[in-house]
Amino acid sequence: MEWGLRGPAVARRRALRLKLAAIVGFLALWSIVSGAVAALKLFNPIFLPGPWVVLGALVTLAAKGQLWGHVVATLERVAVGFSTGAVLAIGFGLPVGYFRALRNVVEPVVELLRPIPPLAMLPLFIVWVGIGEGSKVGFITYATFFPMFLTTVHAVRHLDPLLVRAAQSLGARPAQLFFRVILPAALPEILTGIRLGVALSFFVIVISEFIGAERGLGYLINDGRNFFLVPQMLGAAVLLGLLGYTGNAIARAAERRFLRWQSPS
Amino acid sequence: MKIQIAGVGKTFGSGAPALGGIDLEIAEREFVCLLGPSGCGKSTLLNIVAGFLAPTTGRVLVDGSPVTAPGADRGVVFQEYVLFPWLSVAGNVEFGLKLKGLSRAERERTVARYLDLVGLGAHAAKFPTQLSGGMKQRVAIARALANSPSIILMDEPFGALDAQTREVLQDELSRIQRLEHKTIVFVTHSIREAVYLADRVVVMTSAPGRIKQIFEVKLGEVRDRFAPEFTEIESAITRTVKEEVAKVHE
Repeated sequence: MEWGLRGPAVARRRALRLKLAAIVGFLALWSIVSGAVAALKLFNPIFLPGPWVVLGALVTLAAKGQLWGHVVATLERVAVGFSTGAVLAIGFGLPVGYFRALRNVVEPVVELLRPIPPLAMLPLFIVWVGIGEGSKVGFITYATFFPMFLTTVHAVRHLDPLLVRAAQSLGARPAQLFFRVILPAALPEILTGIRLGVALSFFVIVISEFIGAERGLGYLINDGRNFFLVPQMLGAAVLLGLLGYTGNAIARAAERRFLRWQSPS
Repeated sequence: MKIQIAGVGKTFGSGAPALGGIDLEIAEREFVCLLGPSGCGKSTLLNIVAGFLAPTTGRVLVDGSPVTAPGADRGVVFQEYVLFPWLSVAGNVEFGLKLKGLSRAERERTVARYLDLVGLGAHAAKFPTQLSGGMKQRVAIARALANSPSIILMDEPFGALDAQTREVLQDELSRIQRLEHKTIVFVTHSIREAVYLADRVVVMTSAPGRIKQIFEVKLGEVRDRFAPEFTEIESAITRTVKEEVAKVHE
């Protein structure tokens, strides 16, 4: 990941070493602070357990055979909810972006719904589909739909119309135009939308797991709050961070794979 | 007649007409240049023949049937190249062949043939972002030819290139036309380019675009830009075009 334009280029291996050092430094700082809290009795050290305590809590949960079930529950909801959202967003986004008449019908509705923070709709989802899996998965689908839909529409709208003309004068029929020109031309922006969607699904799953879940990392956090298990709360949060990071890395790898033409070597 | 343009006019919205009643017949295998001051509607006329725009009046017939939409019988080469950036050079040339459902072997043979024709055989695997403007336009020409249209429409294809590259590509196009014998309609505002390439040069008036005068260029297939006959016809066309440009500035 490149953050700034300034400063000399750093060799890959050196950059990797710097990044690892930064993570180790962060863990060290966390250890020192939590150690200092315990030693100096600044406040009850139970509020800020050190990284090894958090890891210990996770290991204990794993040893009891519970951790895996929670991770899988969260991943399953994210996978199903997000992929449904992606299919719907791209499936509707392509035609809505392409056909002006359709866009005029759909856009005002989406523009009205979009500014509503998705979390505001969560209680409504629970009222509608109950407290089970349906509302959690459906909620992720709902929340991730908007960024992915809007990026898809935007990509198709701002497509170079000459690409369409070029394809038509090479004999492309409407279906061929969609799959061989409009979709690949819109792909860079669609993939950006997918990356937003992945991040958003981990964002919203936690909250929907706070409410009426019996499994999942969000449940672990909420359960930790009820029983004052701060290491468990932090542990689940760290795992969510790692999952989100992995999700983002996968999405980025997909971008590199599918968009190699943008900067071929 | 290969292309019959009958009374074609075009008015955009409620504005003044951009194109006013064009009548032109283009024979099979003929190379026709449309020449005129900018805004004379020469690109509009080309877009109507391509089927991208519908005329406000009149109609265009290709092989006797009216043009209503773009089609594979009329290949188009754009000034902006318009390659598909996600496809390799070979993928771009192959595009139309894939749409037609040709076999893989047949596609590979055709792609290789046309890439060789434009001198890009060694660059088949590259992507458009890796090519210079001149190379991109060669790919676009190969892509249009490989699809074997009977007509090729070229909209200021060399307009974005530097002067040297431009002459090289004019040479190549002239050589290709001697091999392929397509019906070509070529829009340009370079008089030299028109005289170098065309069998007939159609000089258009400034807006609304009409045909002012048609020059037959009887200089044979291989032309010398410095021959006296070349310069003579170039001067004659220049005088005619200047009258029109002067009108724009009045």
